[in-house]
Amino acid sequence: MAKAPAGQEFPRKVFGWAATDKSGILAPFHFSRRENGDEDVTVKIQYCGVCHSDLHMIKNDWGVANYPLVPGHEIVGVVTMIGCQVSEFKVGDRVGVGVIVDSCRSCESCHQDLENYCPQAVFTYNSFLLKDMSKTYGGYSDFIVVDQRFVVRFPDGLPPDAGAPLLCAGTTVYSSMKYYGVTEPGKHLGVCGLGGLGHIVVKMGKAFGLKVTVISSSPNKEAEAVERLGADSFLVSSDPAKIKAAFGTMDYIIDTVSAAHSLAPLTALLKVSGKIVILGLPDKPMELPFFPMVMGRKLIGGSNIGGMKETQEMLDFCAKHNITADIELIQMEEINTAMERLSKSDVKYRFVIDVGNSLKSGS
Amino acid sequence: MAKHEHPVAAFGWAARDSSGHLSPFNFSRRATGENDVTFKVLYCGICHSDLHNIRNEWGGSTYPMVPGYVNFELNFYNCIAALTNSNALFNVWPPNILRHEVVGVVTEVGSKVTKFKVGDKSCANDLENYCPDMIVTYNSKYNDGTTTHGGYSNIMVADEHFVVAIPDSLPLDGAAPLLCAGITVYSPLRYYGLDKPGLHVGVVGLGGLGHMAVKFAKAMGLKVTVISTSPSKKQEAIERLGADSFLDSRDQEDMQSANGTMDGIIDTVSAIHPLQPLLGLLKSNGKLVMVGAPSKPLQLPAFSLLIGRKAVGGSIIGGLKETQEMINFASEHGIVSDIEVIPMDYVNKAMERLERADVRYRFVIDIENSLKIAA
Repeated sequence: MAKAPAGQEFPRKVFGWAATDKSGILAPFHFSRRENGDEDVTVKIQYCGVCHSDLHMIKNDWGVANYPLVPGHEIVGVVTMIGCQVSEFKVGDRVGVGVIVDSCRSCESCHQDLENYCPQAVFTYNSFLLKDMSKTYGGYSDFIVVDQRFVVRFPDGLPPDAGAPLLCAGTTVYSSMKYYGVTEPGKHLGVCGLGGLGHIVVKMGKAFGLKVTVISSSPNKEAEAVERLGADSFLVSSDPAKIKAAFGTMDYIIDTVSAAHSLAPLTALLKVSGKIVILGLPDKPMELPFFPMVMGRKLIGGSNIGGMKETQEMLDFCAKHNITADIELIQMEEINTAMERLSKSDVKYRFVIDVGNSLKSGS
Repeated sequence: MAKHEHPVAAFGWAARDSSGHLSPFNFSRRATGENDVTFKVLYCGICHSDLHNIRNEWGGSTYPMVPGYVNFELNFYNCIAALTNSNALFNVWPPNILRHEVVGVVTEVGSKVTKFKVGDKSCANDLENYCPDMIVTYNSKYNDGTTTHGGYSNIMVADEHFVVAIPDSLPLDGAAPLLCAGITVYSPLRYYGLDKPGLHVGVVGLGGLGHMAVKFAKAMGLKVTVISTSPSKKQEAIERLGADSFLDSRDQEDMQSANGTMDGIIDTVSAIHPLQPLLGLLKSNGKLVMVGAPSKPLQLPAFSLLIGRKAVGGSIIGGLKETQEMINFASEHGIVSDIEVIPMDYVNKAMERLERADVRYRFVIDIENSLKIAA
């Protein structure tokens, strides 16, 4: 059974699952967390979504993994302890914790409630806290201690299992749509890729009153996209004639694809002054043809998760519109199989670990 | 035959093939229609696009070509052919651009023309720049199927809507490049919100477009940093053009010292260049605006966009109303292009020098005094 390295001992014993090398195999792991400070909230974790970033991190695809690594940043649980300065939450509240657990609180981004763009943002796992440089461990564990600023109220109307992925996927999509103005009823939105992020884009797009077209390389996803998720139409990206027929028809495209791909077909689909919003993180640069950008005054912008205030706003929006992720609930010990399936995109559309019921400390 | 297509004789210089060599050419223009303005050309700027077009570097050039604009309509069809062969899709969707830096004096107006009278100084300008049915000033086709010929000629006829007035305060020769270079940088400064006093904008490339971007941005009250591969341009940029600072884009340390300091960047460079260092210069929510036209796709690292929520956008010339607004702004702030006036028969040498970027910063052909009709 793996234990945290010496020098990282804190008073409270925690149990979780961690990866210890770039094979990415997760296994039971004992570690420790800090005492609940004045501004802290302790959350007993009930559910944790499996984000594609978790897979990238455990395999060290981005070259920044710090093992042992306990992933998980789509956390829903119940408050078991609050610090004396905590006023927003009480014991027993259902809450969510997402991708960030701290930030500098003093830069322009932090002042604008955009902690996600703070250059010193601390991530829920594989990061180092600003105050004491201790390593952060994520939600594939039985509890977590978080500063109240980075905890959100989880609405009663949302199921905690299907709602867990909203803490990353949901806020990533919602924040990008608000910033780039992809919220005007009647406008036409293309969604590139139908996975964890993509299926949320369809649901939120429809909730905003947009016309939504799913763009995918897999023709067999059409029935799913249109009949079950509610997309208005479906475009097979590998069919040049169909793509050409759709040239210049979209006001926006949200690109969720993390495999390397050319932006050329997507720029063609946009109307003049159209925007492509990039949410995925391909590991190679994307090819960007200039003429169509310049000729049509098109824009390609990125967006990265969301700030705390807008994450709360997003959860309330989802509760109002009954938006949750489509999930497959798994037991903790099934996580390695789930990661393998995720690497083949074999999930509709997010795994969520039933942490509360299945994370059992062996010893 | 170009000479007899239309009733009014015209004379200019045309390229006959993709060598791009220009020589005297007799052709014809339409009679002044009721919405038309006919004018005698005084000056015509040489835009870098003219060089690309006469040498067919973008494909789609048809000869003989009297330059002045870029035709992308034919490019569109070329790209479709490429599509079926190689699965490589890209959009060269019309609108095409009409670039044209022509200044002249009105000699005749149609009966329904209200904006101009005979004797007005005017410029023939671009049609609405993002319209899919745009007709370009040269190397394009009118609705009657005849070829459009550009401003390296003695007279032009254009619909009143597409002609803008030049205030008396602007010298005509220095004003000519405003119609392409000027509007090409003015439009994105406005559209992308890079026009508020106190913002910091970077200008990549100090040529025809770049020097105009510096002048407009300073007039709008911005802090301006010129980013260039030529450290020798530093003094020029700061002391003569009024830029606030200068970065050597080949000096990594220099560039990194300015990371996260710019609200926007206007990138005028057409050569292939890396985008990542430029994206690094932007603050959060910053925008990199491309107005150059690299011939190959560039490489865009997604990570550089996501961190800091940054964007890359394009822009091409501007609409007519905006072009008039730009001319008025230039007049108010005394902005003209830095030019080298040349006679018509110097044009081939000018093109060679333009290719080497050996001009500060635009050649302007003195059509009125040097375009002599060949016997």
